[in-house]
Amino acid sequence: MREAKTWRLVAIIVVALVSLFVALNIDHPSWVESVLFWQPEGQRDIALRLGLDLQGGLKVLLAADPVEGQEFDRNSMETARRIVESRVNSLGLTEPVVQAQGERRIIVELPGVENPEQAVETIKGTALLEFVDAAGNPLLPGTVVTTSLGGPEAVAGEEITGTASVTGTTALTQTESQAPDQVYETILTGADLANVGLDRTPQNEYVIPFELKPEAAETFGQYTAAHVGQFLCIVLDKSVISCPRIQEPIPGGQGSISGAFTLEEARQLAVQLRYGALPIPLRVESFNRVGATLGEQSVNRSVRAGVIGLSVVLLFMLVYYRLPGALADAALIVYVLINFALYKLVPITLTLPGIAGFILSAGMAVDANILIFERMKEELRSGRRLTRAIEMGFERAWPSIRDAQLSTLIITGILFLFGTNFGASIVKGFAITLALGTAVNLFTAVFATRTFVRHVAAVAEDWLSERKWILGV
Amino acid sequence: MFNIVQKRRWYFLFSGALIALSLAAMLVSYVRFGQPLRIGIDFTGGSIFVLQFEEAVSEEQIRDVFADRGLDSAIVQALGSPEEHRWQVRTREVTADEVGEILTALEEQVGAIDRDALTFDTVEPAIGSEVARAAGLAILVASLIIVAFMWFSFRNVPNAFRYGVCTIAGMSHNLVIAFGFYALMGVVAGWEVDSLFLTAVLTVIGFSVQDVIVVFDRIRENIPKHRDEPFEMVVNRSILETIHRSLATQLNAMFVMVAIILFGGMTIRPFISVLLVGMVSETYSAIFIAVPLLVVWEKASRRRAAAQAAA
Repeated sequence: MREAKTWRLVAIIVVALVSLFVALNIDHPSWVESVLFWQPEGQRDIALRLGLDLQGGLKVLLAADPVEGQEFDRNSMETARRIVESRVNSLGLTEPVVQAQGERRIIVELPGVENPEQAVETIKGTALLEFVDAAGNPLLPGTVVTTSLGGPEAVAGEEITGTASVTGTTALTQTESQAPDQVYETILTGADLANVGLDRTPQNEYVIPFELKPEAAETFGQYTAAHVGQFLCIVLDKSVISCPRIQEPIPGGQGSISGAFTLEEARQLAVQLRYGALPIPLRVESFNRVGATLGEQSVNRSVRAGVIGLSVVLLFMLVYYRLPGALADAALIVYVLINFALYKLVPITLTLPGIAGFILSAGMAVDANILIFERMKEELRSGRRLTRAIEMGFERAWPSIRDAQLSTLIITGILFLFGTNFGASIVKGFAITLALGTAVNLFTAVFATRTFVRHVAAVAEDWLSERKWILGV
Repeated sequence: MFNIVQKRRWYFLFSGALIALSLAAMLVSYVRFGQPLRIGIDFTGGSIFVLQFEEAVSEEQIRDVFADRGLDSAIVQALGSPEEHRWQVRTREVTADEVGEILTALEEQVGAIDRDALTFDTVEPAIGSEVARAAGLAILVASLIIVAFMWFSFRNVPNAFRYGVCTIAGMSHNLVIAFGFYALMGVVAGWEVDSLFLTAVLTVIGFSVQDVIVVFDRIRENIPKHRDEPFEMVVNRSILETIHRSLATQLNAMFVMVAIILFGGMTIRPFISVLLVGMVSETYSAIFIAVPLLVVWEKASRRRAAAQAAA
């Protein structure tokens, strides 16, 4: 038998303890959460994320519905997604989700939303583009303001572009933010724009030239003449996009917005100015709402089912395989801890089928151990020494374990692809937890169990060899 | 040594009966609903509301509200016990605006609704048929990949092709029984095919090789070890050597699935049930159908070879 290496045992115990710490339902210190570099900054969090079916809310699947002859590409789809996202953010919900699904669909998840008609209206409605008088102070992009045409329904912000200035290249410093209750005067709206372009200056900077309709040109000329040096904010759906400084009067109705734009930012601003509304009309393909109490019920029931189901599995393994079964049980507990920790760390949004996938994967996680132990028993019965039988058990069971795991991964891959393309996040949830479980299983059922068994055998080989019933033979 | 393979006719007969029952269930469903399995709104389009009223209401009142909005064909059913006041309504697909109107009208004309327990689901018919196509494709691709995987794993074994075909036979067996079970539950309890059913079917396909592969692995290992034994005996030996594992694994999977069915969330009960039926069928068909078929095939080809040699 190969030597029982202590560092392996130590590594497993460390992994288990770290997982336990993460999995525990406690308030984790913020320095620990800030370590999660792969999660977006500002939202790093060790918390279990529950899908809509578990916390209740509204899910809307939108599909591009281009009018005949309309150009349709990835870019306009992405712009549409961002516009939908900024509108959803204006609803002021906690953790809404706006994701592209396949090439022509957008999925919107709104936790805790009551009225679908209101939410769908917000998502699909025409955006209102305004040029407002900043009243002397530039506003940070993303600030939600009340204008003379009305206020936002709720306050929430979304950062969209960088700083900019009108007909000039002066970078401006933005320090002040909006005073509460301030009402900003709307000078123009998107309806006054006749044309919006995208250009590059000889200095290689991107600018957005625009042209106003004749009536508006006059108003704008007078306004700019009277407010040189002040700030003019571009506001989309009450959310500030950018606040350029007025460098000089703009009499002819033709001006341009410049700033330290990247091509992407300039294009996006141009699109928002040009369309105000969505670049592609969107159609509601399906929507679905789950009541919050139902979600809560589902969580409680799943937890109960999981605890009961796994207890029976643990008991079965212990009774049927005795000492090796107890070691497999230890590995199974580590398995549950690691999975839980990963759901919080990755993070993975748990759905009801996702939890079912996890419970199922835990029930089948012992399969690898069963394969190994059955093999081990056979070798013991044929008269092999204990240590040899252990190694043979692991070695001979491996091809079957590998094949079983591979076929599971293949199916979860297909399920995942299917779920991704049709907004069927329930299918995806099941596939993800099952696939993750399969991967974790290789670590616990093979590596961890083998380490446990080797250590026990190293300590008590002779004693065990005389009492083979403890090994389930 | 106990001989499992020898009694294969009985298993084939038993499976034949199960398959006949499954087909009968689908036929009954077809006669009653025009579909071998009742297809849910995920695939056909339409709307479902689950309404939790705070007091007793009548089916008539609910139906009237829907009929007022041109939804004459709404199907209204009570869920659970009458004291729960929980109702399910299915209609053609409604728009988001209509949902608002319907709920307001229900509260005004029928009774207060517990909005926290309110659930509804709407799917456009167009996306429904698209999902149905993709679902068919997913099942086909999944089966092909699994069989290819099987064939690849056993590429070095004589007659690897046979192992693949016997796996397909077992897989088809499991699928027919899973479908038949769902058709039966569709007739008895109104279960409908949704995305989760599809997930269950794909999972059953994936797990269709789990037990077969272990027995086949063992056959592969035993052939060189027992050259003096006829193929049938080697196969039988391989089944007996692996049957403990197959049963123990299946038992554990059953423990958790039964726990979810009994204690878990209501909405996934059909999903886990069909998964359970599929997986039990899988273990059974691996030992009693797929592997004995291998023996039948081997014997037939021996007989043919012998006949040719004699001729």
